Amino acid sequence: MEARRLKSLAFVILGWGTALAIFFPIFWMGLTAFKTEQQAYAPGLLFPPTLDSFREVFARSNYLAFALNSIYLSVGSTLICFALAIPAAYRMAFFPTKRTQSTLVWMLSTKMMPSVGVLLPVYLLSRDLGMLDNIWGLIAISALMNLPIAVWMTYTYFCEIPAPILEAARVDGAGILTEIRHVLAPMALPGIASTALLLIILSWNEAFWSINLTSAKAAPLTVFIAAYSSPEGLFWAKLSAASLLAVAPIMAMGWLAQKQLVSGLTFGAVK
Amino acid sequence: MKSAFAVLSVALLGLASAVCAEPKTVTIAAVNNPAMIELKKLSPKFEAENPDIKLNWVVVEENVLRQRVTTDLSTGGGQFDLVFLGLYEAPIFAKSGWLREIKDIPASYDLTDVFKSLQDGLSYEGKLYALPFYGESSMLMYRKDLFEAKKLTMPEQPTYDDISKFAEALTDKQAGIYGITLRGKPGWGENMCFVTTLVNTFGGAWFDMNWNPLVDSPEWKKAVTFYVDLLKKYGPPGATANGFNENLTLFASGKAAMWIDATVAAATLYDKKESQVADKVAFASAPIAATPKGSHWLWSWAFAVPKSAKAPDAAQKFAVWATSKEYIKMVAADTGWATVPPGTRKSTYENPDYVKAAPFAPVALKAMNTADPNDPCKNPVPYHGVQLVGIPEFQSFGTVVGQSIAGALAGNMTVDQALKAGQAATTRAVKQAGLLK
Amino acid sequence: MIVPLGMTIYFSFIRYILVNPDAKGFVGLDNYRFLWKDPSFVPAVLNTVVLIGSVLAITLVLGTLMAVLYGRGFPGRNVALLLVIAPFFVMPTVSALVWKNMIMHPVYGLLARGFALIGQPPVDWFGAHPMMSIIIILSWEWFPFAFLVLYTSLKSLDQEQTEAAVIDGANSVQLFLRIIIPHLKRAMGVVIMIETIFLLSIFAEIHITTSGGPGTATTNIAYLVYSLGLQQFDVGIGSAGGILAVVVANVAALFLLRITAKSLRGDG
Repeated sequence: MEARRLKSLAFVILGWGTALAIFFPIFWMGLTAFKTEQQAYAPGLLFPPTLDSFREVFARSNYLAFALNSIYLSVGSTLICFALAIPAAYRMAFFPTKRTQSTLVWMLSTKMMPSVGVLLPVYLLSRDLGMLDNIWGLIAISALMNLPIAVWMTYTYFCEIPAPILEAARVDGAGILTEIRHVLAPMALPGIASTALLLIILSWNEAFWSINLTSAKAAPLTVFIAAYSSPEGLFWAKLSAASLLAVAPIMAMGWLAQKQLVSGLTFGAVK
Repeated sequence: MKSAFAVLSVALLGLASAVCAEPKTVTIAAVNNPAMIELKKLSPKFEAENPDIKLNWVVVEENVLRQRVTTDLSTGGGQFDLVFLGLYEAPIFAKSGWLREIKDIPASYDLTDVFKSLQDGLSYEGKLYALPFYGESSMLMYRKDLFEAKKLTMPEQPTYDDISKFAEALTDKQAGIYGITLRGKPGWGENMCFVTTLVNTFGGAWFDMNWNPLVDSPEWKKAVTFYVDLLKKYGPPGATANGFNENLTLFASGKAAMWIDATVAAATLYDKKESQVADKVAFASAPIAATPKGSHWLWSWAFAVPKSAKAPDAAQKFAVWATSKEYIKMVAADTGWATVPPGTRKSTYENPDYVKAAPFAPVALKAMNTADPNDPCKNPVPYHGVQLVGIPEFQSFGTVVGQSIAGALAGNMTVDQALKAGQAATTRAVKQAGLLK
Repeated sequence: MIVPLGMTIYFSFIRYILVNPDAKGFVGLDNYRFLWKDPSFVPAVLNTVVLIGSVLAITLVLGTLMAVLYGRGFPGRNVALLLVIAPFFVMPTVSALVWKNMIMHPVYGLLARGFALIGQPPVDWFGAHPMMSIIIILSWEWFPFAFLVLYTSLKSLDQEQTEAAVIDGANSVQLFLRIIIPHLKRAMGVVIMIETIFLLSIFAEIHITTSGGPGTATTNIAYLVYSLGLQQFDVGIGSAGGILAVVVANVAALFLLRITAKSLRGDG
């Protein structure tokens, strides 16, 4: 009895200890955001909180415009991504050819290419299409960049749906639409939802293309944070406040949706 | 009836003019330094005076700015109507035909008031391509309280031998005070600015008159060995991560006793809100060694209008406003004379209010006036620039040499190895450029 | 996707320096040769491998242990879980900035202050242990992802199977090695695949903390391509680097495919 109690106490300490240690940098950032620059310089847990840094950040840049662009970007690119990925994955999963595997590998490998390598071509194309500093241009690029991941993950989920179920549906005379709506969608939904979450997080945090292709109108939060990323005198509080503002929306969403994320990411759970 | 018609036509005219006056948007690519942030804060005044112009700001850090501006200008992307660039880029970009000439400036702007050396630096083939927002040279900043505590006195023109002695006396690692801090972050615009001035004053240069690289010469070796030793013994830990901004933070938070860097740092160090040493900082000319020439640099950040700009006239109008005498007065009224953009106009330094509020002004002015990009080294050189080499390839080999020297500073390689690697990269670059036959 | 790739291939065969438009022309394989001979090229490849290998090892080991710990459950687990996964939502730039300036900074960083309290000299993380510092930051960013995938996979572990093993007298170590690890294999494949894809092109964290240095200590392929292509504005060499990276990536992907063949085939 005693031993068991000790054991469960150890688990609590271990579990919470690691959780707090991992969260600490974010906690510290959040704390510093409410300090003045002078207080931020001297570490301390007790201090009168102030909103000075937030005021400064809001005065310097139009946070809401950046945040809105981030929302458009992440939601828009994820929707477009799925519009392309679901049919492609459907085709690959249920009507595979010899080349399906190598196509998948090739798609994934383009994702590994450093973006810098294609910056100039993409920049020239965007210029000619009038897509510079245009949220649609950024959405399109972001969707293209995430497409390989989306196709691969959706493909994996589709593959987990036992073929006999689909065949049974087909024998029953279900058309392709009915098949998707009544059989495929419900079974793959958790997977698709978690893929969507992953894509939203990825496009929210993607910095290279957003910094290079936008200037003012279409700039998302990654551009907003770029204005605070080099030190200038005492700057920790301002940096923390800006960082907190940039991270808060996506973290809130992630926390709310974590159940979904957890259940969706179970590769191999549906067996 | 007639009057009703008149009213209607007046109304229509009004409507038409309202449509015509739809504001022009000027998109500005800017860097995130204090002077620029102040400009952004005051810019609504410009918009109020010019209701037909709306300003759009893109504020990013220096590296990102350079990369964005070069990509956009070279491809004619047209994202920016006004860009912030340096003394190094202006003539190179102008030569490539990416910039619009600055002309038809209103007489009230008084171009003759702007430092001649900056105008020359921002021109190409006698035509002006950019208006300087602020100008800087380099100088020595030190903590007079720490000097007094150790009973040391700073000579008016210190030498690097003095600096080495002072740094030893002032270093107190237990108390977290480092004798000196210098740029260590690799980059042609970071550590190489300082290292090049050091090499100049140690009697060296980047090239001889035939474009033979001199990076492995004895002068370089002496200068770089001195730099590495000084920082290793008396500098802060992690020196290879410190550029201008990091050092500003170190000095402003009271961690360093001496710092040799841009004169514009003084404005921030004097600002009580941004600095903990506002009442303890003093200034002297940049130290010298064997050769007094080229011991301090000349740099300027300036506004230029790209050829691809969509609203070039409105952009130039704002550039003129932001670099005018009136703007300097506006900043003085807002945050005090010590914080006005320095180093561009003679009138600023003739203003008694400025001289009173900014004790660093005479040192900075002297440095600005004596930095000569046309004669930076002991021996004649084929290039312009004190802390840089005014050719496009400099960005590339300057950065590579900077990385090697940072490697030596971190102890990953010896100074000899670093300079040998630097020499090889520099030779390759000038050969590729067809300068060295 | 094809058009930019085609243009990149074309650019990789010409001399094209943005800041020097006069110098242009076909140079054949010169850009590739130049890249190959660049003194940073070999270190960059090695650094890339070290970086990916270490981060994968750390996130997988820690992720598995944490997954087992959290799978067992303890009071307040669901709240603790939120804290553990939080780093995954943080922008790479932000986490690099926070780690660099507020945690690891040798003068103001919390670690340096901690060392000072016990009378130790501060550690110059990015100067003395640059690669280790980058690995720590990246592991912190990617650990939650590995943990989440492994944790959820563990949840689907058949309870009866575990209980049967316990009745057979298996101790916890045996249970872990014989039942849990084999069950997690497929989830691990997923983690390896996704993390490799992103770690191959890691750039922002390096750019903010060490700029690839000191020397070439933390220059990986992505950073090398960046510094050649953008800091030095040499589009030709940058494009050659991009193409080379695609080739490397294809090789890596084929290799990965072998490992993760099961999870790719899905029902395998």
